[in-house]
Amino acid sequence: MEFLALLGTPLAGALALAWFGARRRAPEANAALSLATLAAAVALTVRVFGAGNLTFFHEQFFIDPFNVFLVTLTALVGFTTSMFSRPYMRVELDHGRISAGRLRLYHSMYQLFIATMLLALTTNNLGLMWVAMEAATLSTVLLVTLYRTPASLEAGWKYFILCGVGIAQALFGTILLYIAAEKVLGAEGVSALLWTHLNAVKAQLEPRVLSLAFVFLLVGYGTKVGLAPLHNWLPDAHAEGPTPISAVLSGLLLNVAIYAVVRCKILVEGSLHSPLPAQMLMGFGMLSVVLASFLLWRQRDIKRLFAYSSIEHMGIIAFAFGMGGAIANFAALLHMTVHSLTKSAIFFAAGHAAQKSGTQIMERIRGLVTVSPTVGWGLMLGSLAILGMPPFGVFASEFLILTTAMREQPWATPILLIALGVAFAAIFGRVQSMVFGETTVKRLPHTPALLPVFLHLALVLMLGLFIPPYLAEWYRAAARMIGGG
Amino acid sequence: MMTIEWFTQFLAVAAALAAAPLFLGWVNQCRAWLQNRRAPSVLLVYRGIRKLFHKDAAVAEPASRLFIFTPYIVFGTMVVAAAIIPSVSTRLPFGTAADAIALVGLFATARVFMSLAAMDIGTAFGSMGARREMMVGFLAEPALLMVIFVASLISMTTALPVISERLATQALTLSPSLAFTGVAFTMVLLAENARIPIDNPATHLELTMIHEAMLLEYSARHLALLEWAAALKLLNYACIGFALFLPWGAAMGEAGPPALLTAVAFLALKLLVAGVALALIETLSAKLRVFRAPQFLATAYLFASLGLLVHLLLGA
Amino acid sequence: MTAQPFVLQILNALAALLLLLSFAMLAQRRVVTLVNLLALQGAVLCAATLLLAWRTGEAHLYFSAALTLCLKVAFLPWLLHRLIRRLGVYWDTDTLLDTTGTMLVGLLVVVFAFGLAQPISALASTATRSAVGIAVAVILLAFLTMITRRKAMSQVVGFLSMENGLFFGAMSATYGMPMIVELGVALDVLVAMLVLGVFFFQIREQFDSLDLEHLQSLKEDR
Repeated sequence: MEFLALLGTPLAGALALAWFGARRRAPEANAALSLATLAAAVALTVRVFGAGNLTFFHEQFFIDPFNVFLVTLTALVGFTTSMFSRPYMRVELDHGRISAGRLRLYHSMYQLFIATMLLALTTNNLGLMWVAMEAATLSTVLLVTLYRTPASLEAGWKYFILCGVGIAQALFGTILLYIAAEKVLGAEGVSALLWTHLNAVKAQLEPRVLSLAFVFLLVGYGTKVGLAPLHNWLPDAHAEGPTPISAVLSGLLLNVAIYAVVRCKILVEGSLHSPLPAQMLMGFGMLSVVLASFLLWRQRDIKRLFAYSSIEHMGIIAFAFGMGGAIANFAALLHMTVHSLTKSAIFFAAGHAAQKSGTQIMERIRGLVTVSPTVGWGLMLGSLAILGMPPFGVFASEFLILTTAMREQPWATPILLIALGVAFAAIFGRVQSMVFGETTVKRLPHTPALLPVFLHLALVLMLGLFIPPYLAEWYRAAARMIGGG
Repeated sequence: MMTIEWFTQFLAVAAALAAAPLFLGWVNQCRAWLQNRRAPSVLLVYRGIRKLFHKDAAVAEPASRLFIFTPYIVFGTMVVAAAIIPSVSTRLPFGTAADAIALVGLFATARVFMSLAAMDIGTAFGSMGARREMMVGFLAEPALLMVIFVASLISMTTALPVISERLATQALTLSPSLAFTGVAFTMVLLAENARIPIDNPATHLELTMIHEAMLLEYSARHLALLEWAAALKLLNYACIGFALFLPWGAAMGEAGPPALLTAVAFLALKLLVAGVALALIETLSAKLRVFRAPQFLATAYLFASLGLLVHLLLGA
Repeated sequence: MTAQPFVLQILNALAALLLLLSFAMLAQRRVVTLVNLLALQGAVLCAATLLLAWRTGEAHLYFSAALTLCLKVAFLPWLLHRLIRRLGVYWDTDTLLDTTGTMLVGLLVVVFAFGLAQPISALASTATRSAVGIAVAVILLAFLTMITRRKAMSQVVGFLSMENGLFFGAMSATYGMPMIVELGVALDVLVAMLVLGVFFFQIREQFDSLDLEHLQSLKEDR
């Protein structure tokens, strides 16, 4: 029941908003639908908390510790983003950047996007997971090009083609997985792509085909994660689309993509008994961290800056999952959570800042604190959090990852530390001059929605100081399941 | 038994020598029909050759001995090739002397002498023709070799008669690789024999000609031999094509006179059909500019390699 | 050499034809012909699926053959032709490599693909497993088409050809994916093309051309 509501609410919402998405109260309806999804997610979480792993519809869907917290996180950020988008999109409408018709498209696609991500997270069928990932791309392509500017069209095209090609690789990987699975599970078709069944027999799967499959899956889903060198679409798509979309792309879609990679890694590692998948993840992760942190220096656009920061953090997560083992996995899961919360909070604040100063170019955004202290402080605190300042949660997860790396992969630690330092300097310098100093910012009629920003930051702060025991228990269970190391 | 084999050998060469101008004449006749022209006699090529033999040869002053020897060498290689190719029977004493790859070498020898002789006098046209001929040959040879490799892989031998026998006797299968190589071979045949779309045998338009440019300085019996050799070359290529792709009908193994007779009849039939097909291809396609020739031959190579790859993968 | 059953021979011939069509698409510079080739490739794929369905008696293969027919032979080419007419893109001459070079690279790609497919066909138990290599080759050749082309339309055709290859691979290695997945994939492709149609008009509105040259202003350091 809760499960049906979880998937059904955003889906029905997408249909409904396709008709009514241009009405005056549509933003509120969007928020209400997201709240309903969140409620369903929480109810489901509570149920899983009591009953353990669940499966639905002939095992086509399942909930385990790994995806349940991601489901909740997705629903939560989906809801807060819809809160943020309420005033934000109204301002865009007032400024004439979008028409009422496009607002309808926006609202409908927003709900569809949430639905596809929840589908990708909860489905037990790896084929359906692929379908959902592709659908998530498609539902956001038109959102990236919402403003119809040349730059946004270019970003949309890049996003479409790169992710399209990437996702085609992933489909090939999925087919390979199916070939290997069919050999073991028999040709009754349906069960051969069910993750739970595959996980049960993973040791018997043909290793050569599986390693080939993993290469394709990693390249495919890795494109969506934004791992270097397949990251090209990510900054463009983040910078040119509307800010709420940047927030959910960064905060949620990347998480879902890395979730897909890790699901596949569990299977492949079980079959291979070799460090190949782990090494590939670590290699791609490390490359992303280093490349992104240096590219941060060349950014002038505020949203591109934080998009590159997302690539960097995805690299850290991929690296941590690559190292594997209980602690690194735990840290990676924690990092996924706190990055998602922090990064979306930053995008909220950055969106308001850009709107108030009428530009996304950082040099022209100055003195946010004087006009709008909350936005300014939100951006400042968010940046400090994402840069790994204690006591925020990012510090805890990065600390865990670094200490594990020191023990497991000593060569990587200095590289990671340098990259983090470079990123710190790049982001902090820019954010500081945006927040303080002479102001260039003007006031806007709609009051910014800052509740989401501070709610997220408070959660991140809490995760830095104290992780609730049931959450920690889930993380630990998921980390055990992911294994490796 | 030996005598019958030598008789077969003699028959094959004699048939080739006699049939070559006829085949060329037949192709020309078909072409004329297809282009709504009044067709010349099939025997026109014969008459031309006979007429040339009756004339006195004029040789340019700066010509070296190479220039004079070349017609005999070229004609000789073509006759030897005709003796090797299993056109009538697969049991030829000469057939064991050289395999398919040596055959390609034989054609290359003829080409080298032809080009050298064309450059010998030092006229602009001769050198240009020789240069183009070498370019076409350089590009066509890999494709031809690739075609032969595929046939060899299928029958596990490079000896042309054995390939032919094995292909004729194996179970009839739908073979995409042979289809691909067949297309490639046809393209090579067109290019190597100076047919449209690479060269036009009917014109002497300076800027486009290749083969004719090399013959410009020859006259009388030399020219007659070279033209006969060109006709033989076309026939030889056609017969290689039959041996690889249409081996049915040729006498297999030890064969007495009746079998040979049917084999000759089959060969005549195949040549008739091939002549029509060739004329059809030439009529339907347009002459390519010389610069496009590499593309044409690259396509032939592509087809042949695809045939090879498909054979390796599908085993068919 | 043992002779294979006749149906398999036809299937192999169709596979070879798919490969040939991929090469033809690699060489073709007229966008309209490119779309026709795509439709032809879809038709060959459909024929192969039907034949395999008849041979194996798997009902869902009939269904996916019908899906291929509707989507890849009829609807998508129709849509693309319409787009071509409305947008006036007819030629894509300015390729990255000349035709001959592309072809030779294509040959290398095929060799690579066959190597890649070795372990897969070794594992697969279907009668058509040897065609997996061709499927991989079709995928990689389509990828090559996408890389070497500048026009958005040809890239899309390459994308769809890649899809054909994936489909053929799944078919020849396992007699097709589970129905639900196949349906989902088809739905995604359909939606992708519709999104693309909208997208093309947006690009056209902005730039008056579908040349991807215009879409190169966003650089790393902007």
